[in-house]
Amino acid sequence: MKNTEVLVIGGGPAGLSAAAEAASYGAKVMIVDSDLRLGGQLIKQTHKFFGSAFERAGTRGFVISDMLLDELKGYGDRVETYSNCTALGYYKDDGVVNCMEGEENYFKVLPKKILVATGAQERLIPFPNNDLPGVYGAGAVQTLMNVYGVVPGKRVLMVGAGNIGLIVSYQLLQAGVEVAAIVEAMPRIGGYWVHAAKVRRLGVPILLEHSIKEALGKDVVEGAIIQQISPGCGFIGEEIHVDCDVICMAVGLNPTCELLWQAGCEMKYVPQLCGHVAIRDRSMRTTNPNVWVAGDAAGIEEASSAMVEGRIAGLSMAHELGYVEDKEYREKSALYWERLNALRNGEASAKIREGIAQVLMESSGGMER
Amino acid sequence: MSKSEGLYNSGVLPPEMYEQHEPPKELWESKKNGLVIVECPQRIPCNPCHTGCPTGAIMEFADINDIPKVDYSKCTGCAMCVAKCPGLACFVADLTYGGDEEALLKLPYEMLPLPNEGEEVECLNREGKVVSKGKVLKIVEPWKDKTKVVHVAVPKSLVMEIRAIRVVRSR
Repeated sequence: MKNTEVLVIGGGPAGLSAAAEAASYGAKVMIVDSDLRLGGQLIKQTHKFFGSAFERAGTRGFVISDMLLDELKGYGDRVETYSNCTALGYYKDDGVVNCMEGEENYFKVLPKKILVATGAQERLIPFPNNDLPGVYGAGAVQTLMNVYGVVPGKRVLMVGAGNIGLIVSYQLLQAGVEVAAIVEAMPRIGGYWVHAAKVRRLGVPILLEHSIKEALGKDVVEGAIIQQISPGCGFIGEEIHVDCDVICMAVGLNPTCELLWQAGCEMKYVPQLCGHVAIRDRSMRTTNPNVWVAGDAAGIEEASSAMVEGRIAGLSMAHELGYVEDKEYREKSALYWERLNALRNGEASAKIREGIAQVLMESSGGMER
Repeated sequence: MSKSEGLYNSGVLPPEMYEQHEPPKELWESKKNGLVIVECPQRIPCNPCHTGCPTGAIMEFADINDIPKVDYSKCTGCAMCVAKCPGLACFVADLTYGGDEEALLKLPYEMLPLPNEGEEVECLNREGKVVSKGKVLKIVEPWKDKTKVVHVAVPKSLVMEIRAIRVVRSR
């Protein structure tokens, strides 16, 4: 049995920020991450981030990951990290978390406080042949290209014009891969307008109110059929054949919330946050008084706000452990909330604001189980 | 959906929105080194164009979601914002460069291959259509962060059309 004051499950932008914040006040922190290296989605983000200087705007995502890891290194032995290590389960009766490092090494952790920063899982939409090799999730395409330096194919059909679909399209172009088109079911792009403008001016068409109908090919993807869609009426108009060897799905994410269910946190289905999420207070504490949540696991948003949520959760856990004076806690928490609210104040964040309003408890401190 | 709505909703600035993005005419025509054009019409939480502007021409944001506002009297056409903007939404147009025929555009560039100085490249409009050829005059990397700014001579009539370049080389 290992002991730690703070267990951070998931070493992405939210988890690393929380770990850094808690460790900065003296808390002993353990980070477990299922991937081979820490950083979560940050390590695949070759574009410059939005936000303000506090969230390191204008800096590329993978550089931000390195900065956070450097910050953690500065706390020396206080921070222990495990990569290729999956938190398998939470045992509610004794508060033990069971972890698997690699495929053989199982161990138990008894933390005083837990942050669930497990991120998200990609959605897939049903269409004939969506199981053909060559149909990728956008996250996989990013991992292949930006972590391992492997292009997924020669010509891509992108499904979805949210920020991920737009950014990955741009990255594909940078890697010398053709993007045949981006199809988007809605009558407007879902991601930032400027991200769309970047790919449009390089000649990528964005077909609004269009979706994929079928993937073509016998053993691998050899093309796709796309078609216009009309709200409530399904496919209309003529079928369009797209020549491609990759179909990249960027149709949204769901929060990864299994551990929160196991921990008995009160959960709520919130469409604006893209799935089941934990009810939380303004310190990101759930209804299980020992469990906090931050980042996409708390509702699908983006990395800048995930980092601020992580800071809030880390600060709160350190405060609960007695490392932060009340006054300092209140002031810093207010500062982080100011930044978070600023990030969420734009027209692209209207849904987020609606979603958060449904899950935020006004009371401070965890409620009894 | 109207044509202009279809353009805007897919990330292309429609022609009727050009004017509100153009610098004031008189100053623009006489300003050596050019003036910035910021094509950032959506309220998103982002301000590096302001924080990266050395002269304060891109004004401070009251709310980080504000649409950037430019004090053109302070803009020197230095193009630091061109390289800083995460959305690659800043461009500098110098109308004083080439008489009646040509103008100079300073465009962000993050693709490969890099053009050579003096190379002829294709000039693309906001939909990626080739609208002219242009000559690359200079390539700089203002923040040493891999985003280049390419200075390219283009037909003066197309300064509000051209927003990207493509290097074309026969193999």
